[in-house]
Amino acid sequence: MSSIVSPPSDWCRAPAGHERIWLGLALGWCLVLSLMMPFWHFKGKQNSRGEAYAVKPDAFLARAEKFIAANKVGEEKQGPNVIPIVEPPPGGDAYLVARMWSWNPIIKLRLGQTYRLHLSSIDLQHGFSLQPLNMNFQVLPGYDHVLTLTPTSKGIFPIVCNEFCGIGHQMMVGRIVVE
Amino acid sequence: MSAIAIPLPSGLREVAADRGRLCATTGLPVCAVAQRFIKLNAVTAVVFLLVGGIAALLLALTRWQAVHLLNAEWFYRIVTLHGLNMLIFWILFMEVAILYFTCTTPLNSRLFSEKVAWVSFGMMLVGAVMVDVVILKGQADVMMTSYLPLLAHPLFYLGIILVAVGTLIGVFNFFATLYVAKRDKTYEGSVPLVTFGATAAAIIAVVTLLHGAIVMIPTFTYSMGWTPAPDPMWYRLIWWGLGHQSQQVNVCAMVAVWYFLSSVTVGARPLNEAVCRGAFILYVCFINIASAHHLLVDPAVGASWKIWNTSYAMYLAVLASMIHGFTVPAGVEVAMREKGYLRGLFGWLTSAPWKNPGFSGFFLSLVIFGFGGGITGVTLGTEQINIIAHNTLRIPGHFHVTVVGGTTLAFMALAYYVIPLIFQRDFVGRKLARLQPYIFGFGIVLVALGMSFAGSMGVPRRSWDISLAGAYGPAAHLMLGVVGIGGIIAFAGLLLFCLLCVGTLLFGESNQGRAMADWGVAQPATGAAPVRLEEHDHNATKGTFALALIFLACFAVYYFANWKALADVWPVK
Ligand code: HEM
Ligand SMILES: [Cu+2]
Ligand SMILES: [Cu+2]
Repeated sequence: MSSIVSPPSDWCRAPAGHERIWLGLALGWCLVLSLMMPFWHFKGKQNSRGEAYAVKPDAFLARAEKFIAANKVGEEKQGPNVIPIVEPPPGGDAYLVARMWSWNPIIKLRLGQTYRLHLSSIDLQHGFSLQPLNMNFQVLPGYDHVLTLTPTSKGIFPIVCNEFCGIGHQMMVGRIVVE
Repeated sequence: MSAIAIPLPSGLREVAADRGRLCATTGLPVCAVAQRFIKLNAVTAVVFLLVGGIAALLLALTRWQAVHLLNAEWFYRIVTLHGLNMLIFWILFMEVAILYFTCTTPLNSRLFSEKVAWVSFGMMLVGAVMVDVVILKGQADVMMTSYLPLLAHPLFYLGIILVAVGTLIGVFNFFATLYVAKRDKTYEGSVPLVTFGATAAAIIAVVTLLHGAIVMIPTFTYSMGWTPAPDPMWYRLIWWGLGHQSQQVNVCAMVAVWYFLSSVTVGARPLNEAVCRGAFILYVCFINIASAHHLLVDPAVGASWKIWNTSYAMYLAVLASMIHGFTVPAGVEVAMREKGYLRGLFGWLTSAPWKNPGFSGFFLSLVIFGFGGGITGVTLGTEQINIIAHNTLRIPGHFHVTVVGGTTLAFMALAYYVIPLIFQRDFVGRKLARLQPYIFGFGIVLVALGMSFAGSMGVPRRSWDISLAGAYGPAAHLMLGVVGIGGIIAFAGLLLFCLLCVGTLLFGESNQGRAMADWGVAQPATGAAPVRLEEHDHNATKGTFALALIFLACFAVYYFANWKALADVWPVK
């Protein structure tokens, strides 16, 4: 019967033929899909655990400023702004402040060392997008989002903002440098 | 016309005639009140589609860096306009029209209440116009997601609340009609599959719209200064209860349209009603309440929460789509083989009525949704893979092949039957109409491919200019060019659709009292004796099965290629 009229009363039957095989295959595939995530969580190296702590924007800013003052190794003029260049101790904590429309500071990391990178915003939501690796994390005001990160390649890595944050959104570009 | 004339149980004709008319093409009853509101909602939907379409062209021509049409301010404004007019207004008005159809004609029922339908329509229209005016006045440059603490003018939120509540009232009218039809026994046995699918969509819509209310009301009161600011993470969590689940509504409605169009264009019947219905039930049960796959790289939601909520009882909603993706073409295959198109694996497919825009639109929608939207959606929504996709152009690349190449194209295909059958006018420009689904489908696939490749190279979504970052090479720019060119083609297809619809309403020949002009439905092959195939017969569905295996292979390759790409980036946890 067509799908626009009521079916005959005996419509409730078990699947048969190819349809039945397909159901089995599809179910099996869904099982693979759902097992891959826990598998990668334990065996894979890239995970998003969402580790985060509540933090007031001004408290985060204060922590970041302390961090910058303690580890500053230089600075760079970007238009009207002067952005500090900071080298956190290997294995230590690093702070990155997102605000309309800059990432502060520029962070220097060492190859193969593991860092705890703290991300937060002091105004709107922003998006941390590390290029050209294309690693992306959400940055929210009020949340100290901690990434435990190990650079495994050298070079200059621009940080693009990929959450809309007002008219200057596309100008919001920062940097991580790995040596 | 044999393929769509449907025998009506005796005795129903008289009942139907006094509250509407009997369709001269299908013989089915049409309720006069429902007909009026199907018309109103469908016309309004097309107007919003056109507004959103013009916005789409402007966006595509801006992201194409070599053209870069709009300035930054207008680009962000138009992104907001486009998202809301397309995803919310075009789709919702069309869905209300579909609901009103599926609860009346297939059930031989009347619409529960004309007044309720007016209230629903009025609220939705006022709300939608309000939102558009506020956006165009530059008071809501916040994107459709309007993530807090970004704040728009209060009327923006009020408009969205009006649209949501208006839709909810329309959904209520649908359920009340189902109840009345059941009580008055206007049909025998179970409801038809199309109505069943629409019911699934309506149930999910209620859950969805309630999330909308929960998140929009405190945001509105905050924007008025009456209450404190809601937490931005809380906002994201609940907003996506609206934003994601509404996509499940769209999928349900689209699948119901697939079943409908496969019935009217090739005379397909569901192979196994229990399987099809079971799949709709899976949608209802396993919609992702928390909509976690938009929050996979967010702070404060943990790994186990993310994994559980994104795979949600073993991806049973994905299973449902994989089932429909099989049963719909299988129904077409069986119907075509029964008509005598037995040659090889795919003879049934090549002989299908490809010149009928109702068929080509629906089948392209099926293929684009399955191969494009489904595969990318599951992959991008995988907890860890999302790290290399979140908020890049890969995301719009994905949903332009689900809700655009899938749902929108299916709704367009539906219009090629709704206008002749409900508005009772035969299409003008029939040659162009036969081409339209191909133009739109081709354009949107280009758009999605361009976006997906650009996104894989890290290009962000919702960004006016990527040259400032200094991070993107010529390949990324080339892909944005593909978005631009695909956008022009897709817009041409969209504009053609709108012009054909409006032209038909104004100048189309009335077909009152006779059958609609035939688009060309599948006819029995010459010299073939009609047969009846059973579903356990492996020859009946072997072509579809082959297609399904190809699909599974593509899926697996794409999925594991993404794991490989993820393994190549820096370790992070
Ligand atoms: C002519 C056809 C279309 C073209 C060329 C097109 C093109 C685009 C472009 C270029 C963007 C901006 C991407 C970005 O920079 O982030 C976009 C966003 C979007 N489009 Fe389309 N689109 C079309 C049709 C549709 C339809 C029919 C729908 C929905 C049913 C839709 C839904 C969306 C949504 C939800 C967004 C995201 C808005 C946001 O990020 O807030 N589009 N589209
Ligand atoms: Cu930003
Ligand atoms: Cu931004």
